[in-house]
Amino acid sequence: MLYREAGQFKTSYAADQAIFTIPQDRAAFWILLALGFIAIPLVASEYVLLTIMIPFLVFALAAIGLNILTGYAGQLSLGTGGFMAVGAFTAYKLTTALPGLDIVFVFLLSGLVAAAVGIVFGLPSLRIKGFYLAVATLAAQFFLIWLFNKLPWFSNYSPSGVIGAPPRAALGLVTVTGAEASPVAKYLFTLAFVAILALAAKNLVRGRFGRSWMAIRDMDIAAEIIGIRPLNAKLSAFAVSSFYVGIAGALWAFIYTGGVEALAFDIDRSFQILFMIIIGGLGSILGSFLGAAFITLLPILLDRGGEALGLPVPVNVLTNLEDMIFGGLIILFLIAEPRGLARLWQIGKEKLRLWPFPH
Amino acid sequence: MELLHALVIDPIGAIADNPEFLLEVVIGGLLTGVMYSLVALGFVLIYKASGIFNFAQGVMVLFAALCFVGQLQLGMPLVMALLSTVAIMIALAFVIERVVLRPLVNQEPIILFMATIGITFFLTGLGQLVWGGDVKTLDIGLPKDPLIIGGVLVNEFDLTAAAVAGLLVAGLALFFQKTSIGRALRAVADDHQAALSVGIPLKTIWVIVWSVAGIVGLVAGIMWGTNLGVQFSLALVALKALPVLILGGFTSIPGAIVGGLIVGAGEKVAEVFWGPAFGGAIEDWFAYVLALVFLLFRPQGLFGERIIERV
Amino acid sequence: MTFIKSAICALAGATALCGGFAAAAWAQNEQFIPRLVYRTGPYAPNGIPFADGYADYLDMLNARDGGVDGVKLVYEECEDGYNNDKGVECYERLKGKGPTGAALVDPLSTGITYALIERATADKVPIVSMGYGRADASYGPVFPYVFTYPVTYWEGADAIITYIAQQEGGVAKLKGKKIGLIYHDSAYGKEPIATLEKLAQLDGFTFEKFPVSPPGIDQKATWLQIRQKRPNWMLMWGWGVMNSTAIKEAAAVGYPMDHFIGIWWSGAEPDVAPAGKAGIGYKAAVFHGTGTDFGVIRDIKHYLYDKGQGKTKVDKIGEVLYVRGVINALYDMEALHTAHKKFGNKPLTGEQVRWGLENLDLTAARITELGAEGLIAPMKISCENHGGHGLVRMQQWDGAHWKYASDWIEPHHDLLDPMYKASALAYAKEKNITPRDCSKTQS
Repeated sequence: MLYREAGQFKTSYAADQAIFTIPQDRAAFWILLALGFIAIPLVASEYVLLTIMIPFLVFALAAIGLNILTGYAGQLSLGTGGFMAVGAFTAYKLTTALPGLDIVFVFLLSGLVAAAVGIVFGLPSLRIKGFYLAVATLAAQFFLIWLFNKLPWFSNYSPSGVIGAPPRAALGLVTVTGAEASPVAKYLFTLAFVAILALAAKNLVRGRFGRSWMAIRDMDIAAEIIGIRPLNAKLSAFAVSSFYVGIAGALWAFIYTGGVEALAFDIDRSFQILFMIIIGGLGSILGSFLGAAFITLLPILLDRGGEALGLPVPVNVLTNLEDMIFGGLIILFLIAEPRGLARLWQIGKEKLRLWPFPH
Repeated sequence: MELLHALVIDPIGAIADNPEFLLEVVIGGLLTGVMYSLVALGFVLIYKASGIFNFAQGVMVLFAALCFVGQLQLGMPLVMALLSTVAIMIALAFVIERVVLRPLVNQEPIILFMATIGITFFLTGLGQLVWGGDVKTLDIGLPKDPLIIGGVLVNEFDLTAAAVAGLLVAGLALFFQKTSIGRALRAVADDHQAALSVGIPLKTIWVIVWSVAGIVGLVAGIMWGTNLGVQFSLALVALKALPVLILGGFTSIPGAIVGGLIVGAGEKVAEVFWGPAFGGAIEDWFAYVLALVFLLFRPQGLFGERIIERV
Repeated sequence: MTFIKSAICALAGATALCGGFAAAAWAQNEQFIPRLVYRTGPYAPNGIPFADGYADYLDMLNARDGGVDGVKLVYEECEDGYNNDKGVECYERLKGKGPTGAALVDPLSTGITYALIERATADKVPIVSMGYGRADASYGPVFPYVFTYPVTYWEGADAIITYIAQQEGGVAKLKGKKIGLIYHDSAYGKEPIATLEKLAQLDGFTFEKFPVSPPGIDQKATWLQIRQKRPNWMLMWGWGVMNSTAIKEAAAVGYPMDHFIGIWWSGAEPDVAPAGKAGIGYKAAVFHGTGTDFGVIRDIKHYLYDKGQGKTKVDKIGEVLYVRGVINALYDMEALHTAHKKFGNKPLTGEQVRWGLENLDLTAARITELGAEGLIAPMKISCENHGGHGLVRMQQWDGAHWKYASDWIEPHHDLLDPMYKASALAYAKEKNITPRDCSKTQS
């Protein structure tokens, strides 16, 4: 009832090709944006903004990046952490070498550098496939972290190898990095970056590139026969994916933590982001957000929930119980819908078409 | 020029000056590789029979070791603790098959992979909940003294580990080749549907495979636990098994052993002789680069099954 | 703005969004202490005894004296698993609790300390990184809210070299010696390198680095290298499973244990116990005593364990990390006590506690009063110096207990203080911080 397409006609190609073809979807999208840009900054506390929303958004961006590579182009990657580190350390080097360069451009340039690195480590994908391809990205992961950890040049010869974000303003308007930046400014800056890049990704995967990636994913030999060059498709997927992941890394270091060492981007980080896209849904931009929410927010909710219950148990017992519940929930969700939360959402929408009159 | 020196002349010079040291490094590396193989074997068993990359293998190693050492500390005799831990691992296999694998039958490998991550979290919590997070010393009387054989230093413990790994592989090979269950396992590995159609019960096979992987995990847990003390870090040895798996091929038991030997020896030689040129701690990524080079020539791993693609 | 916020909160009833699930009512005469702990995960064997010691000291104060100067202490533990992201979340969650907010925070992780320095400074919550974290934060003018007392890694490295010189028979004998460092290849492990390189230059010994990538479960290659290069002395900056593995491997290659010296985070029972007999003779630097033969430990036993309370088993209360937890709490509470003298005996804000920390003066007389004679060395904090200029001593493992292997050693502050200052000023420049003028911040 509420969500019905009957009677909606598309009268132009533009309308036919819109991202959200149904007015209800469009409305929901704008409401979400309004929530994100207006309501949350007004209502949310500093704790929510700094420790829940910002890491969630950064993870969502990284998950979109990995989803482009693994979900759309079918190339398994366990090097996400390494590419995030490239973004973070490039941004640091750029902004300390050129303090006048606006932080927005610094982040975009860091993304480009990460893309270039991604292409290099994507080259073996032309020959190695499936789980075995993981070796190339794992090599990238371990090598890059080692490199940033080992060469003091990357951290401007800081004795501990930790990079710290200097205070910088976005578009010359408002300070978004460093200790002085307000939580709201940090949050809005991150949200703007993520929203624009997510929209770009949505359009990219619907276009020529996205189609060639999906063709390669579904069957690369067949794709080659219908005239898609695996070289272009695979390497472009690596480049675009690393661009997103690199920017996520820069945001992580500059906006979220303010100071990181290379080990913050170790293999655990790569796995964490891989979990997000599998749980959220492979090959779905929405799924990247849902997966990031599941993996980052659920443990915190469980933790706060356990705390709110006020059980007289020690924290270690609570943490272990939370781990068990979290693991159980992952399995439960997979059994309920193996294709991820995004698919669950889709099924929900189909049900809504008829609801509340299913016959 | 200086780089050339550091990369070529110095290491080669060091090797030429002291070939016994090279031998010692290689032997040390091979023996470490065996320890990696012990962990990798568990992965191979499950991948071979069900096509699942079992992320939980590392935690199963930890869980088995925790149960074993925990019961020992409660005062149980060694053999009893061993048997009861084996029983626990078999029970675990039953539960996993019933709760996780059966509802997810016929799903894509990546989904099953994710399900094993759920198992990982669950076992991490359960193991620490029951047995606590502190480090437990495990000493079941394995010899550990250094030995000098022909001027080369080896550790008795490493030799024991190699012997255990050898026995384990021989046992598994016999099990796979000579028993009817083993034949059924191989049939399932070749083709699920064909195996089902000739009346092989898939569910039983899965329980058996996960049980065997659990027991292999227990052996790995005892060996690594003797070395490190039983604590959470045992779960991290799985990371060291990854390059071994990729190099040896996910489906081959001899591959896990040979892969372990190559990775172990390769990374130690690289670290000792070439590490100084790069500032050290290169062995982690070197293992993957080594595996990568092999894979560029053989994309299915050293002993993996040939990938045949049809459109 | 606040009105809009509360209005929307009330309307939406979105307590989750409005900061905290349970807005508990706080008793007015309570001081809140946030506790970042790790009782699970790979570093739990080291995290558990420390957290137990800290908690037991606070419980003992509440039982014995009704808190500090009559202000009751409440604390809440938050499990961070030694994970930086989780540590930040824990800090943000706990910083606003209690009637006056968090008094101070002890991250017990160099990584979490780095992640919190900016946040806590902006929030005016002092960070006490006791013997860990950023060594150059000892320079108070740049880091007003960070305290590194009683000693830093740089002072630890310097004291160990002094000890080695004593053993060799004078600094002059160090010339031509080879000293190696095996370290956790992270921000933590890299801290002493600059100091050791400088000392190598001054004293004329050769310095060799042996990095171990975390977690450090396999060190065969590293120890084969050490065996071949045969350094006269080995130093270790390790943590967690890396420590016991290193001790075991050192024994396996036949390295003499009494020439192998760890920093304080590599010298506790969980580090040597898994190595068994191999660990006998291994040494470690500490900045405090160990054992149960101190007034304060006896009080903990009397007021808690004899009544069936206490966080751990009674036979664990003399362990190195447990005692270190007690000492951390003791220093922190002494800062509260100092601040009470200026601000009155009531719950304090982080800013007031910071004043107490900066004016902390632990004299020998006061230490005896606290029942910690022989447990800790006297020290004094000032605006210039947040490191306290504490003392270091060596201990040695005899297979069952840690025994002292040296007297208190004074690090070379004349050498290190300018190094802190230079490094801190470089940080200040990068972050656009104007250092405080200490001559103007008189108490």
